Amino acid sequence: MTGDILVALLATVVTSATPLLFAALGELIAERAGVLNLGLEGMMLAGAVAGFITMGETGSDTLAICAAALAGAALALLFGVLTLTLVANQVATGLALTIFGTGLSSLAGVNFTGRTVPALPALRLPLLSGIPVLGPLLFRYDALVYLSVVAAAAIAWFLKRTRAGMILRAVGESDISAHSIGHRVIRIRYLAVLFGGAMAGLGGCYLSLASTPLWVEQMTAGRGWIALALVVFAGWRPWRVLAGAYLFGGVTVLQLYSQGSGFVAVPTQVLAMFPYLATILVLTLISSGSARSRLSAPACLGKPFLAPG
Amino acid sequence: MRIRIESRRSASRLLPWITPPFAVAATVVASAVVFAAMGYAPARTLFAFFVAPLLSVQSLAELALKAGPLVMIAAGLATGFRANVWNIGAEGQLTMGAIAAGGVALAFWDDDTARWILPAMCVAAVLGGMVWAAIPAFLKTRFGVNEILTSLMLTYVASLTLTSLVFGPWKDPEGFNFPQSRMFNDAETLPAVAGTRVTIGTILSFLVPLGLWVVTRYSIVGFEIKAVGLAPAAARYAGFSESRTVWLVLLLGGGLAGLAGAFEVAGPIGQLIPQITPGYGFTAIIVAFLGRLHPLGIIPAGLLVALSYLGGEAAQVDTGLPRAATGLVQGMLLFFLLASDFVARYRLAFAGTHSADVRPARPKAAAT
Repeated sequence: MTGDILVALLATVVTSATPLLFAALGELIAERAGVLNLGLEGMMLAGAVAGFITMGETGSDTLAICAAALAGAALALLFGVLTLTLVANQVATGLALTIFGTGLSSLAGVNFTGRTVPALPALRLPLLSGIPVLGPLLFRYDALVYLSVVAAAAIAWFLKRTRAGMILRAVGESDISAHSIGHRVIRIRYLAVLFGGAMAGLGGCYLSLASTPLWVEQMTAGRGWIALALVVFAGWRPWRVLAGAYLFGGVTVLQLYSQGSGFVAVPTQVLAMFPYLATILVLTLISSGSARSRLSAPACLGKPFLAPG
Repeated sequence: MRIRIESRRSASRLLPWITPPFAVAATVVASAVVFAAMGYAPARTLFAFFVAPLLSVQSLAELALKAGPLVMIAAGLATGFRANVWNIGAEGQLTMGAIAAGGVALAFWDDDTARWILPAMCVAAVLGGMVWAAIPAFLKTRFGVNEILTSLMLTYVASLTLTSLVFGPWKDPEGFNFPQSRMFNDAETLPAVAGTRVTIGTILSFLVPLGLWVVTRYSIVGFEIKAVGLAPAAARYAGFSESRTVWLVLLLGGGLAGLAGAFEVAGPIGQLIPQITPGYGFTAIIVAFLGRLHPLGIIPAGLLVALSYLGGEAAQVDTGLPRAATGLVQGMLLFFLLASDFVARYRLAFAGTHSADVRPARPKAAAT
């Protein structure tokens, strides 16, 4: 019996980790190209509401997922036009994007609050899902969970092993050098930002289609910011983002579980602080001392680029 | 013909002040389009949103009441932004200020004659906000931790602290179990002005940017902050300490946000409740930019953004427009402003007409 509870508990870890993983992976690509987009929260909300509305209107989960990715990318395009073409301040634009995305999603979803849609179906992989313990633990999730893990692997491979990935990193490390050897810095950054937006949209729609298949205003509740911290936490490396997302997912579930079981005599709010405090602690640890030299922050992160000549 | 973007050789002094009205006009037009697209009569909704709140004394007072915390917080934040220090956790610093002020008020709740209690609450609030801002300052100067993330994470911690207090030890014993503290007594409440909800705190809030303007304009500290932000290398050469500046602007921003928290709980709210701010700490960032990070620009900017709060409420009552429209309008305003800044900082050059000084331009990250 305890085994079943444990399996269920671990499944909720996966559920709370997946949105973070999507959003953080997307941001990782944007940041490796040198663009700091603080608008994750806004793009996630746009994805959440677009996915939910499409699901409610068409009943097609494929369409809903595509709509979510498109909505995230659309907001990212806005960010790109402002920061890349019009050279606006990235921090301010990112904050504006969060405020805008929050308002836009609440406005778009106003007639959908309280409605429910069928949750994304779990893919029961034949044979594998029948294995006792391991089956329910690893092979009974919906498609997005697998997609997020595959994305982490694909991004790790892309950055490390492909020519395009190298160019992306070059643009983030030294935009002027990349420009002078003929790479289109702005175009590459646009693509990275759009990818980041689409991934944030997917992360958002995981919340409204799978975790809790309903739409609530501001349902991301700060997950966009945690995903942002996760990228720093992971030292801009995809596999560490995966590990970090599951760690944070675990912390969230632990908090929910201990407050449900009433077995810790601490106010729930104090437990809820844990992910935020953990983020600060980890940021401090990785930023300080000898670890700093190993920290791989892209050198051009957040700096605007204007092609010379 | 090729068109190229190049930095203006000398920053225009006039353009940065001409663009905000254009951004506002563009926001109004874009809002009308959005309202119409959503099926609300554009003219009527625009009127309810942007004009109606200006037509009665009572609602003008409400405007000042909402603008007060915005201008005070924005003035503090703008000083930091000028130094390239990105404190975006003013919301949390405001909350900590409110908690500190509320703690003092509740501790001396039995005594409703003490004249020292209000000043004590304000001092506590300033300290509360400063302590909350000191954490990112310490982590940034000591360990190089990015202040954007730490100040933001602390915002969630602050609001959870407030919730746990009003659900727990500070809950009103006679409050039918509602999650709120006792109402502060008369000595702990800011006196209202002329039959409105405007308090002395509101008036003080508008004086803060003026005071800051004088200080930053005529003191060496003000120059130091500007230098660290615009030309860090030159500032270092001149012997200005970067970490001193970080501490200074974060404590200033945190203290002012904390004070705004005290003015809220000792003013229009009158007690501690789980939700004491409609996002003033975040909206103040928009105000700071709209006001060109200039203390005097921040006052009209604050009034304008406060109008979007009131307008959102008024339009909800009048036409049923969802409240969320406020965020949308605020976001658009900042977008248009950032976009129009482009015109002030760069110009289009046509191939063949360009000047000789074609150097790789790397504009500063800080908005000027």
